[in-house]
Amino acid sequence: MSEQRNSAAAPLLEVRGLTKVFGQLKACDAIDLTIARGEIHALLGENGAGKSTLVKMLFGSLEPASGEILWKGEPVTVTSPGHARKLGIGMVFQHFSLFDALTAAENIMLSLDDDTSIIEIAEKARQLSAAYGLPLDPYALVGDLSVGERQRIEIIRCLLQEPELIILDEPTSVLTPQEADKLFETLERLRAEGKSILYISHRLEEVKRMCDRATVLRHGKVVGHCDPRKETAASLARMMVGNDVQAVVREAPAANAARQPLLEVRGLSRQPAGPFSIPLRDIWLTVNAGEVVGIAGVAGNGQGEFFEAISGEVIQRDAAVVRLRGKDAGRLDISGRRLAGAAFVPEERLGHGAAPRMKLSENLLLSRFKTDAKAFLGGLGLIRTPVIAQAAKRIVSEMDVRKSAEDPEAAALSGGNLQKFIIGRELDRKPAVMVVNQPTWGVDAGAAARIRQALIDLARSGSAVLVISQDLDELFEVSDAIAVMHDGQLSAPIPVADATLERIGLLMGGADVAHGEHHGEAA
Amino acid sequence: MRIELVKRPQHSKLFSALSPFLAFGLTIVAGAVLFALLGKNPATTLYYYFIDPLTEVWSLHELAIKAAPLILIAVGLSVCFLSNNWNIGAEGQFLMGAVAGSMLPVLFPEFQFWIVLPLMLLMGMAGGAAYAAIPAFLKVRFNTNEILTSLMLVYVAQLFLDWLVRGPWRNPAGFNFPETRNFHSYAILPEILPDSGRAHWGFVFALVAALLVWFLLSKTLKGFEVKVLGQSPRAGRFAGFSAGRMVIFAFLVSGALAGLAGISEVSGAIGQLRPSFSPGYGFTAIIVAFLGRLNPLGIVAAGLVLALTYLGGEAAQISVGLSDKVVRAFQGMILFFVLACDTMIHYQIRFVRPQAAGAGETSHV
Repeated sequence: MSEQRNSAAAPLLEVRGLTKVFGQLKACDAIDLTIARGEIHALLGENGAGKSTLVKMLFGSLEPASGEILWKGEPVTVTSPGHARKLGIGMVFQHFSLFDALTAAENIMLSLDDDTSIIEIAEKARQLSAAYGLPLDPYALVGDLSVGERQRIEIIRCLLQEPELIILDEPTSVLTPQEADKLFETLERLRAEGKSILYISHRLEEVKRMCDRATVLRHGKVVGHCDPRKETAASLARMMVGNDVQAVVREAPAANAARQPLLEVRGLSRQPAGPFSIPLRDIWLTVNAGEVVGIAGVAGNGQGEFFEAISGEVIQRDAAVVRLRGKDAGRLDISGRRLAGAAFVPEERLGHGAAPRMKLSENLLLSRFKTDAKAFLGGLGLIRTPVIAQAAKRIVSEMDVRKSAEDPEAAALSGGNLQKFIIGRELDRKPAVMVVNQPTWGVDAGAAARIRQALIDLARSGSAVLVISQDLDELFEVSDAIAVMHDGQLSAPIPVADATLERIGLLMGGADVAHGEHHGEAA
Repeated sequence: MRIELVKRPQHSKLFSALSPFLAFGLTIVAGAVLFALLGKNPATTLYYYFIDPLTEVWSLHELAIKAAPLILIAVGLSVCFLSNNWNIGAEGQFLMGAVAGSMLPVLFPEFQFWIVLPLMLLMGMAGGAAYAAIPAFLKVRFNTNEILTSLMLVYVAQLFLDWLVRGPWRNPAGFNFPETRNFHSYAILPEILPDSGRAHWGFVFALVAALLVWFLLSKTLKGFEVKVLGQSPRAGRFAGFSAGRMVIFAFLVSGALAGLAGISEVSGAIGQLRPSFSPGYGFTAIIVAFLGRLNPLGIVAAGLVLALTYLGGEAAQISVGLSDKVVRAFQGMILFFVLACDTMIHYQIRFVRPQAAGAGETSHV
């Protein structure tokens, strides 16, 4: 008993001088961190600040170069995620690892080491879901569940291991405001039970609202520990970025601007491409020159399918369904639509927007070999490497892309820096129509502000910008009007002055997505 | 103790440079062990394998003869493999190229004119390309697995050739031997340096093809397309490249080069069609392509090395009495060690001690 009291006095987790080096980069540099029992501890930092590296070391998937981890006062070496779970550390990842074709209970069973029967697991999951207010049917197919419900599976899977420390990586980035509120209730209940939570987020408002203490990382170092409730969002952002985040400036579009429609979608429908994809149903939308239109919605409600249809990765049967700058473009492929003046930025950076193992200059060529054929290609399709390298350099300095080598592989950049490059690659063309899916997903505050400002500036210079995002704060920041996508349907765009968080949130949850009334109406 | 492969953040320049030598060294060591176990003197066997064939000029010509088809086929395969198309049927395309190109001298022996040879070469390329188009079409249209279809078509080609030379194409003046009539002189691919040895122009074709494909892959938009679609198909589609057209392109290029290799072999080195005129060049070329890291210039070097193992294997069979099965096993070992060593470019090995005591103490219920 005395032993237990002894260990109870020590903080649950203490990290001293933890360091991890990749090549010449110190991803984590002598990190100190203490997590007490029963607290929600926020881990804040820009992309590439070392948050993921630190968490991976705590969870045993990376080995620290030096420093020590004390668990309940005892030094430990976490050798694997399995070991971490045994110690009592659980983790809910930002990107779920669930099989669509299996039920919730089967997915949970896969991650357990022992031979518990499926019935027992389902029963336990049901009890936990009732106890923590996380409604979930253990026998539902994951493919049929919403993102919020999938996250519940991950959380319940984590709770089944009875962890004392739960690590959550950007948990609200995929939730509606209402779903996020539910999650916060659950977290508060866990805290009341004496469990500790390490909460990684870039949403400062959430952190201020919920977390007891915060540790801020910058360039792999701890820049401060603070009580987020005593800070302002601006002061927290300042700690993360090192200087003031430039506030995004959005002036109303000039009133006398000619409201020329540059992107028109007229009755777009699409059959589901696979068993788990969403059909698009009769979507109407107009984006005029000079304006930014946002599309809100919980992930997996047809945004990806919509993006593919607009970009021309999937071609429409009827040419008049998608129109660019007043001309029918439905039968054009993505190259044809680019030549018509459009530019596209997909959601996935690695493997879709960029080829991971190719250099930045090659990735520049990737989306621009048709539009810039005169500059980038010689006779016989010869690639003019120096010209492209020059252009890549221009984009890198324009967007302040930070990298470790002259022309590194795309996969070697942090997510935020790669996104800045991908956005910069398209902005560099000054496109008349820009369609962006999740412009700042997982991007730090500094880079996100830069990207958002660039999108607004592009619109104000006379282009039409369509932003698809799950981040409502972002949409309110950049959009002139917001439409909501739910179950493959798109609501009428609501001018941002009339839009409230509640109204958009209700639409995201599927309340009265009526269409048909807005055919003649533009935002 | 558990051994784990951990992905390196950046690929290792050291191992990129070191890997071929490391692989070659390991092959030599493993080969020596293999020969010793077979009761042969490892030093002598290795001498006959790697040194003896290089000591005479005529034997260097033989080296070029063996290397030519390997390089030609492997260069074509590099386009396929880089674009993520797994054409395993180059052997079949090689045989069908030889059959298509042989039509003129076998069926029209009276047609003797300088244009016969260029026509034969073109027909050989067309034959190989047409045969490669079958798995390509099946993949694009029906989403079949090209590994299976292209491999099965090899056996079809082998049996078809066998039937031809035993049946309709058999030499009327050949005492019933299963072979076609000898090609007339206008249908023979000339030797490069007739005074010193037998090497024919097929070797020059191989070098030219390697240069052209290297240029295509590293300097042009088409080569960029090949690599993008091979590495990340979705990014390729985003770029506006067509995956289906790339399948057809890659198979046609590699089929044409395999066909050219086939007709060059028949009209250059042999002078008639025989039922088994290929010692499995189409399969060995797969090793050559990977040994050369799918880089056409590397493939030239790799083709020469593999050709040396063929010659050395023959020399060792004659001088030391090694079985030809051992020769095949030895080639397989080369590929194995090359792939194993190349893994180290992108991965590093980590030794993990099993977690025992520490975990038990700190966990509580």
